[in-house]
Amino acid sequence: MNGKKIFTELLRMVCLLAAVSLVAFLLITNAPIDPLVSYVGTNSTLSPEAKEEIAEYWGLKESLPKRFLTWAGHALQGDLGTSITYKKPVAQVIGERFSYSFVLMLAAWILSSFLGFFLGIVCGLYQEGIFDRCIKVFCLILKSAPTFWIGLLLLSLFAVKLGWFPIGMAAPIGKLSSEVALGDRIYHLILPVLTLTLVSISETTLYTRQKLVEILSSDFILYARARGENRRQLVFRHILKNVALPAITVQFSSFSELFGGMALAENVFAYPGIGTAITAAALNGDVPLLLGIAVFSGLFVFSGNLIANILYGVLDPRIREGEAL
Amino acid sequence: MKKENILKVEDLTVSFSRYQKGFHKTSLEVIHSLSLEVNSGEIVAVVGSSGSGKSLLAHAVLQLLPQNAKTKGEILYRGNSLGEKQSRKLLGREISFIPQSVDYLDPLMRVGAQVQGVYGTKERQQMLFQQFGLAQDTQQKYPFQLSGGMARRVLISAALMENAKLMIADEPTPGLSVDLAMDTLKYFRNVADQGAGVLLITHDIDLALQVADRIAVFYAGTILELAPTEDFVKGGQALRHPYSRAFMSALPQNEFQPLAGSQPYAGNLPKGCLFAQRCSLCDEQCKSEDAALMRQVAGGKVRCIHAIDQDRNREIGNRHQAMAGI
Repeated sequence: MNGKKIFTELLRMVCLLAAVSLVAFLLITNAPIDPLVSYVGTNSTLSPEAKEEIAEYWGLKESLPKRFLTWAGHALQGDLGTSITYKKPVAQVIGERFSYSFVLMLAAWILSSFLGFFLGIVCGLYQEGIFDRCIKVFCLILKSAPTFWIGLLLLSLFAVKLGWFPIGMAAPIGKLSSEVALGDRIYHLILPVLTLTLVSISETTLYTRQKLVEILSSDFILYARARGENRRQLVFRHILKNVALPAITVQFSSFSELFGGMALAENVFAYPGIGTAITAAALNGDVPLLLGIAVFSGLFVFSGNLIANILYGVLDPRIREGEAL
Repeated sequence: MKKENILKVEDLTVSFSRYQKGFHKTSLEVIHSLSLEVNSGEIVAVVGSSGSGKSLLAHAVLQLLPQNAKTKGEILYRGNSLGEKQSRKLLGREISFIPQSVDYLDPLMRVGAQVQGVYGTKERQQMLFQQFGLAQDTQQKYPFQLSGGMARRVLISAALMENAKLMIADEPTPGLSVDLAMDTLKYFRNVADQGAGVLLITHDIDLALQVADRIAVFYAGTILELAPTEDFVKGGQALRHPYSRAFMSALPQNEFQPLAGSQPYAGNLPKGCLFAQRCSLCDEQCKSEDAALMRQVAGGKVRCIHAIDQDRNREIGNRHQAMAGI
């Protein structure tokens, strides 16, 4: 990573964020949402004059470009406005909520990466065996099933029928937040994490398997075998590295799917993260929060791709040492 | 030194199963009843145009064919049957392989470690690199950083890591300058002179003429003629098969006369002689089953029923003359 590259990446990020916020802004202003009504409620007793005054004060009468620029100007100074739903600054809401979502996504991401990679390797090595066939069918089913449906299935089985896990939320109902122990939090995380893991694992498994099959039929494996390497040596000397390299980057660039899956899983389990905040914001016509989350999700997905790019350059000698040539 | 039989391939047939239209499974025979011997101290060149299945022969001997390949016939290494199990102990130790290109190296592994492989030592690798004029920092490089000539030398040093008894080289010289190609051939000669057998697979007949003791002409998945190199140097009537003669006269330094047509596709082979469609000597007999059999003619082997033993004819002729003179 040299200076020029960092600069181009930054430029790309700025362009992306500008584009995301503009599109989100246009969508929201064209949606049948009246920020004023969202704020005061449909049956408020406020006089029309007072409403006019608020609209004037908020700048709702201005032209669209001017409204966007006002919002963007404030956003650049770190002020994303105040959430109508939570009556708190948007940045603060996102910060609090994201800490919950982050734990959920991180756990699911790590689990699905490692488990998926491992399953993919085993499937690829024992291609067309009984284990491979079972896992493949399992993955295809998971891949075609909607996230919320998997969440509901797990919920009805483990929480309702068996009663092993709580049916939702991030902590026991009726406890003060100061009394909530780490164990409680983990206990409440298990089902959402399991849902999200199941949703993302098939992609990783199938990808790893496919890569492995490709590599097994490659010339360099044939040569390694011709030089007397046994199966174990093939796996540890050549296969793992050659499969892991693309798999790692795919894992990082899959942040967008992870984010989407998280939003759905959180809603099923009423888990108080960004996902439930999006739904609440949309239902309440909470324009500042919606815009804030849109920009934030853009930033999140971008950073995943950025890490993937950087890692590829660090891990792949063809890029790392090719630059020096 | 007493000659020892290193590699003996007997009646080898390789076929691939594949799916055709829908789920109909057919098998495609790519190598047909091929027999070949390599003795110690000897370089045997298998020469043929591209697409004739030469590399598959190498892979079959190494027991590295893909899973959908079926083999029949026998491969013997120093008198013992060579199967997948036996080859595992021999590959990389007694049998070494020089692949076609740098693509056969792991792109993510440093060259030094790859040349050492699982049996070699660092000392030996460094010694070989020095011998082949590869700078010591070459071992820290990745395959993509090698030039064509460097890659070739790297692959050859890898083959020399162990004192192999059988060396199989698949197109070892393309991309090399004439000097380097000649150097490479000298190494093969050295290896052979030290008592190993070398199976050299190439499309380059010039190369074979330079270095081989015997040459096998490969066509449409089998060997049409196997004869001492001198016969190929003499050319013309010294050769037994019309294809070998055509092959030799197609060379720029000879008549430079191309042969019309192309070799038949493995899925659509003629009955009897495989070369019949392009042969000027072809007649009805050539379509019979035994036209394709290998027969011994004048110190060589050939698959042609019209092949005549020049020496023997002359001898018979002389005898006739002598008798007439009485």
